[in-house]
Amino acid sequence: MVPESYYLVLSGIMFAVGVVGVVSRRNALIILMSIEIMLNAVNLAFVAAGSYLGDPAGNVFAFMVMTVAAAEAAVGLAIVIAIFRHRETVDVSELKELKF
Amino acid sequence: MDLQSILLSLKAIVPEMILTATGCLVLLYDLLIPEENRGVHAGISAVGVITALFSVLWFGSERIEAFSGMLAQDTFGSFFTVVVLVSLLLTLMLSRSYNDWEGIQKGEFYALLLFSSVGMLVMAKATDMMTIFLGLELLSIPIYVLVGFDRKRLSSVEGALKYFLLGAFATGFLLYGMALLYAATGATSLSGIAAFAGKENVFGNTLFLAGTALLFVGFGFKVSLVPFHMWTPDAYQGAPTPVTAFMSAGPKAAAFAAVIRVLVVAFPESHPFLLKGLWVVAALTMTVGNVSALVQDDVKRMLAYSSIAHAGYVLVGLVSGDRLGGQAAMYYLFVYSLMNIGAFAIVMLLSEGEERGYAIENFRGVGFRYPVLGALMTVFLVSLGGIPPTAGFVGKFYLFSAAVKKGLILLTVIGVLNSAASVYYYLRVVVYMYMLPERAEEVRPRPVGVGVALALFIATVGVIALGIFPKGLLSFAESSILSIFLS
Repeated sequence: MVPESYYLVLSGIMFAVGVVGVVSRRNALIILMSIEIMLNAVNLAFVAAGSYLGDPAGNVFAFMVMTVAAAEAAVGLAIVIAIFRHRETVDVSELKELKF
Repeated sequence: MDLQSILLSLKAIVPEMILTATGCLVLLYDLLIPEENRGVHAGISAVGVITALFSVLWFGSERIEAFSGMLAQDTFGSFFTVVVLVSLLLTLMLSRSYNDWEGIQKGEFYALLLFSSVGMLVMAKATDMMTIFLGLELLSIPIYVLVGFDRKRLSSVEGALKYFLLGAFATGFLLYGMALLYAATGATSLSGIAAFAGKENVFGNTLFLAGTALLFVGFGFKVSLVPFHMWTPDAYQGAPTPVTAFMSAGPKAAAFAAVIRVLVVAFPESHPFLLKGLWVVAALTMTVGNVSALVQDDVKRMLAYSSIAHAGYVLVGLVSGDRLGGQAAMYYLFVYSLMNIGAFAIVMLLSEGEERGYAIENFRGVGFRYPVLGALMTVFLVSLGGIPPTAGFVGKFYLFSAAVKKGLILLTVIGVLNSAASVYYYLRVVVYMYMLPERAEEVRPRPVGVGVALALFIATVGVIALGIFPKGLLSFAESSILSIFLS
């Protein structure tokens, strides 16, 4: 059987990939995708921990994260569309209306 | 779960149920009425909120462990329910006129405010990481929409995008922290984490430490602590002004409620280690917030930075880590909601529309042309600056005296210096109002309707009355904090 730590290390790597994506990319859609990767890293950690502990709470938590992530993505994409209607771009570094 | 315990659980979430029902009612009724009558939704929502407030008083606040330990109704939860509902009520009063002025009068606006408040109440009562997460998301998602509600205005949508991206990013951190804590302790409930920390040596447990750190990074984003505050000025400035006022009061109080409960219930043992970190964050938050606010010429943006600084003051209470500090932090959160919503209300009145901004120039000569507006703004600013006899002074006094009693002298000195520096930019507005000559083209304040007048009245009376007679609210805060210390 694969030890639990392997899963946790994998989820840590996924989480780091997501964080680097959010920090380094300028395209709002790719940032959104990176956030989804972070949330999936969370799910992996929850499911792995839950199955090793023999506790259903971890799996339940993963389901809740999935549902909420879907709701969040819906709202996020709507906001990105609203931005696109104004600026014809989804590049976050071009959003300078509110900076001085 | 048998019927008895289900009914008891439902009793613990009566205010949430009332708000949800009101929100659904507003959405349905919105379909039936013509566009020009939509202001009536503010009234319907306000009735719902007042009913919810009465239900809190009616059902009392004896402790109920609801839904198998997912939620707990106790005095602590009731205190924050009152804070959130009062902020929501004031916001509703401001929103009606504002939405007419800006042409964004829609039913969804009120429904989203109500749903978001449900999330805040859940968060304040949550005793399990699952419910904290659910409450936080239920709070955040409607707020993302509300910030970008005026979607014809670029700054509103831009604020929403920035808030959304950083908020979702922060949620990732919070959740990963929860996942690691779960992997380390095998429990999702706060008391389960505390039980694990009581048995094992957590300082050698990397998973536990990393989980705790990530959890607090997530919370830090939500209550806008430095260095996780970058979204705050932009989101606050872009949002419709009543939403800004609400964001600085309700969600902040709810998130602090969750932080306090997590600190007290889940981490009683590892306190010294955590408190060192919070000490640094509190000092940074106060200083960065105040220094940035000093140079702002837009009053709305200035108040956004000042709200960062105020989160730092509240954090000083948490760093004290005892009953006195918690009590002072809770008192301050309540008072801060009143004075900040009041200040935002006046700022909102003295503008020629969101597009034109909220330049401090608009305040020139206001004190003499519109004496009532000038006097009220002065009261709110004096209270924000922490000058007696206002409630802001009493709040800061208790926060800093709790810190001194704990021997946090250096932090108190930093706090008091910050508070003194903040007086500069608050009184700068007063100087503009009373001491500088008027401009040729003056800004006419928008007509004050019944709702706005009532909101200003409640906020002013609250700020002054709680400043002169703080005992009642303080003892409510004390019994609240005791209710989680002793549970």
